[in-house]
Amino acid sequence: MSTVTTPKTQSKSGSTFTAKAASYLDERTSIGVAVKEFGRKVFPDHWSFLLGEVALYSFIVILISGTFLTLFFQASMVETHYDGPYVPMKGIEMSAAMASTLDISFSVRGGLLMRQVHHWAALLFVASIGLHMLRIFFTGAFRKPRELNWVIGFVLFILAMAEGFTGYSLPDDVLSGNGLRIIDGLIKAIPVIGTYLSFFFFGGEFPGTDIVGRLYMLHIMLLPALVILFVALHLAFVVIHKHTQYPGPGKTQQNVVGYPVLPVYAAKAGGFFFIVFGVIMLIATFVQINPIWNYGPYDPSPVSAGTQPDWYIGFADGMLRLIPPGWETEWFGYTWSWNMLVPIIIMGGFLVLVAIYPFIEAWVTGDKREHHILDRPRNAPTRTAIGAAGVTFYAVMWAGASSDLIATHFQLAMEGVIHTLQALLILGPIVAYFVTKRICLGLQKKDRSIALHGYESGRIVRLQGGEFIEVHKPVSEYERWTLVSYHDYAPLMLRPNDDGKIPFSRRLRAGFSRWFFENRVVPPTQGEIEQGGHDSH
Amino acid sequence: MADEATSNSKAVANAHSHGEAGASAGTAVIASDAVQNPGLPPHRKRVTDLNPKRAKRAERTVYTLFYISVAGSLGSMLAYMFFPIESGELWQIRLSTLFIGLGMALALLAIGVGAVHWGKALMADHESIDVRHPVASDEETREASSEIFKIADEESGFTRRTLVRNSLLGALIAFPIPGITLLRGLAPQDQDPVTLLKHTLWDKGVRLARDHGGAAVGAPIRAAEVTIGSVFHVVPENLANAEDVLNEKAKAIVLLMRLDPSDLKVSEERKDWSYDGIVAYSKVCTHVGCPVALNEQHTHHLLCPCHQSQFDVSDEAKVVFGPAKRPLPQLPITVDDEGYLVAQSDFHEPVGPSFWERLK
Repeated sequence: MSTVTTPKTQSKSGSTFTAKAASYLDERTSIGVAVKEFGRKVFPDHWSFLLGEVALYSFIVILISGTFLTLFFQASMVETHYDGPYVPMKGIEMSAAMASTLDISFSVRGGLLMRQVHHWAALLFVASIGLHMLRIFFTGAFRKPRELNWVIGFVLFILAMAEGFTGYSLPDDVLSGNGLRIIDGLIKAIPVIGTYLSFFFFGGEFPGTDIVGRLYMLHIMLLPALVILFVALHLAFVVIHKHTQYPGPGKTQQNVVGYPVLPVYAAKAGGFFFIVFGVIMLIATFVQINPIWNYGPYDPSPVSAGTQPDWYIGFADGMLRLIPPGWETEWFGYTWSWNMLVPIIIMGGFLVLVAIYPFIEAWVTGDKREHHILDRPRNAPTRTAIGAAGVTFYAVMWAGASSDLIATHFQLAMEGVIHTLQALLILGPIVAYFVTKRICLGLQKKDRSIALHGYESGRIVRLQGGEFIEVHKPVSEYERWTLVSYHDYAPLMLRPNDDGKIPFSRRLRAGFSRWFFENRVVPPTQGEIEQGGHDSH
Repeated sequence: MADEATSNSKAVANAHSHGEAGASAGTAVIASDAVQNPGLPPHRKRVTDLNPKRAKRAERTVYTLFYISVAGSLGSMLAYMFFPIESGELWQIRLSTLFIGLGMALALLAIGVGAVHWGKALMADHESIDVRHPVASDEETREASSEIFKIADEESGFTRRTLVRNSLLGALIAFPIPGITLLRGLAPQDQDPVTLLKHTLWDKGVRLARDHGGAAVGAPIRAAEVTIGSVFHVVPENLANAEDVLNEKAKAIVLLMRLDPSDLKVSEERKDWSYDGIVAYSKVCTHVGCPVALNEQHTHHLLCPCHQSQFDVSDEAKVVFGPAKRPLPQLPITVDDEGYLVAQSDFHEPVGPSFWERLK
């Protein structure tokens, strides 16, 4: 390739520095191929596509601020006495990890700011991944060919939470120590191997003197390496698949409508990185987070009321709280801690369902086509309802983590809050499912009516016979296309196969298919629209 | 899958709307007279395309923002220099953080807003269209790659030489085992967690000492000091001499309370474990091990702030609410010759969260 392009570039603009540099680079790297391939690649525009960008950019902010923090942090649990300038902590015995975190906060100019940037960016990182996942889910962007990229993104979500938790545990203050104590209790509940797992994890008994160093290795080496690897895979697939787009006039399964990387997306996405960084910086400047000097060094004895984990761990902490009393059995001389195992199984099951959902839906629809046009959530009512149920389930678990604060802030009985949340954990998703499904079907009917009869203009006309009607105005063909261009699936009809039998797997699939598609609103056809146009008032 | 086309009478072959000709549409219904895509709506020009003055203004906005960014960066640097924090006063640290942060935020946001505005208002605004191709590689490539695998198999004899292949698989499965074995070293070789978890520093005659109270920390407690309704956070007096202080403390922390003896429900086997209404319970929650630090005086309930398990001190610390199952283990106490509270023995059961071998 380079042999073809080189003479051209040399003869045309070999004089300027840029051209010379480009030519130098291309002759050694063949970079021209990449520029030609990707330079004018088209990306579609939509605000919801920015959520994934926020995740990526906050991760870069985490890397930058985290690298700064490693210059000063000492991942050691060696006992020392704080001798920095912050008076209330002077002379207090603590680990080197805690002392160096205090030094970052009080003795390094800008250190507190960078700690707060790092922590806020981490919170935003997990939050934006979560919102990005919800966007993907509710628009059906996980369908073929993107199922594997959904799984990669799911792994990133788990890695992000692991990064968050390991980071939270590093300063070795009272809160982080109590977080680790809870992890220790959870690990010990695992049947057969739990006691030894905890023993190995902490390098002996809890808390030991190894855990901060080990978590640090995970936090700054292993987990970031995995995150970077999976981000690279994730983005490579975005390039290979090309970005999805929302339904709209001119948009088809065979095209991408939008703006080219060079120059428009380079400016917009590049600029957006600085906006995300700037907003994090603004929050970190004004809003204090994790003031470890108020908590003090880890000591197994004290703990204050109303302590909260970082938001993304809340669902796990809340689930632990929602278990009714007495769920522990002693069978065969061993202890079975169902009060821990049940939450682990429920959360694990929930996460597994999230990870494999694309494959379930693909099996139900049997649709083997590629899908590059997104669904409007209303046009996949059952999926949207399942998503709403899942969000509700997660939200109740999450609220559980703040049960004590809810009780104190609203002056309620703690027991009442827990019992209400226990009921909501089961009833909430069911109600959310049905309400969402009805809303989706209602919106679909409204869309159908608008496509067929136009929208209500608000103009009331009295006919000669005395009848009042509201004048409907037709929508443009562009608006109509957005309303009617969605997939319509019919429930699977059960038919015997060639041997005259109906295998169980097919019955199961038909059951799922009925559940998904029994209630459906069929998009209007061209014929119906033409007819509807004549009938319209 | 083939019968799905017939099971949905309205379904027709669907080559036209998707990339892969012949890929099954599953249970999707495709109407034969579906509405046709009207194509891209006509392009609408931006105000900066129509009005050169507005374009000029956008240009001014963009470069002004970039200059502001430079000012922000320099301002942040000046703030670094002129807001010292070395006194350790919180307000000084706050000021330094505030101005360094403000400068940086300004620098970043101005670049970001400027670049986005440049992209949106000034860069060419015509929508482009890329053509998508099916993700799957074409037939020819697929055949070529499966041919490569076939040749590689023939040339190596991978499927033919089964003994070679299977022994290799065995070796590959076995080789990580020593690596995993090495991980045994994560915890001390000569210790056994089950034994460790069953013993604390408490023993016959060990005095109960204060874990709070400033200068009084570590001081032993006389029974007379414990008035009705008071709560003491307690550690063994010999804790400071322990090898791993935090490890021992994590197991040995105790709450000491005196109740009106008539309020106490005491079972037969524990009737000697308290002293004149003074009872001592492990402070480590039997759920996941947080310190059960909150005391509700009038109900005699202890509350774990982590997951809200509640224990009734008047009834041998049995669980009255929350996810914990077991009561807090009781430390049998008595008084020594000098009037100090001492332990009669270690706890009679492991403290803290449950574990598999707890009953062994």
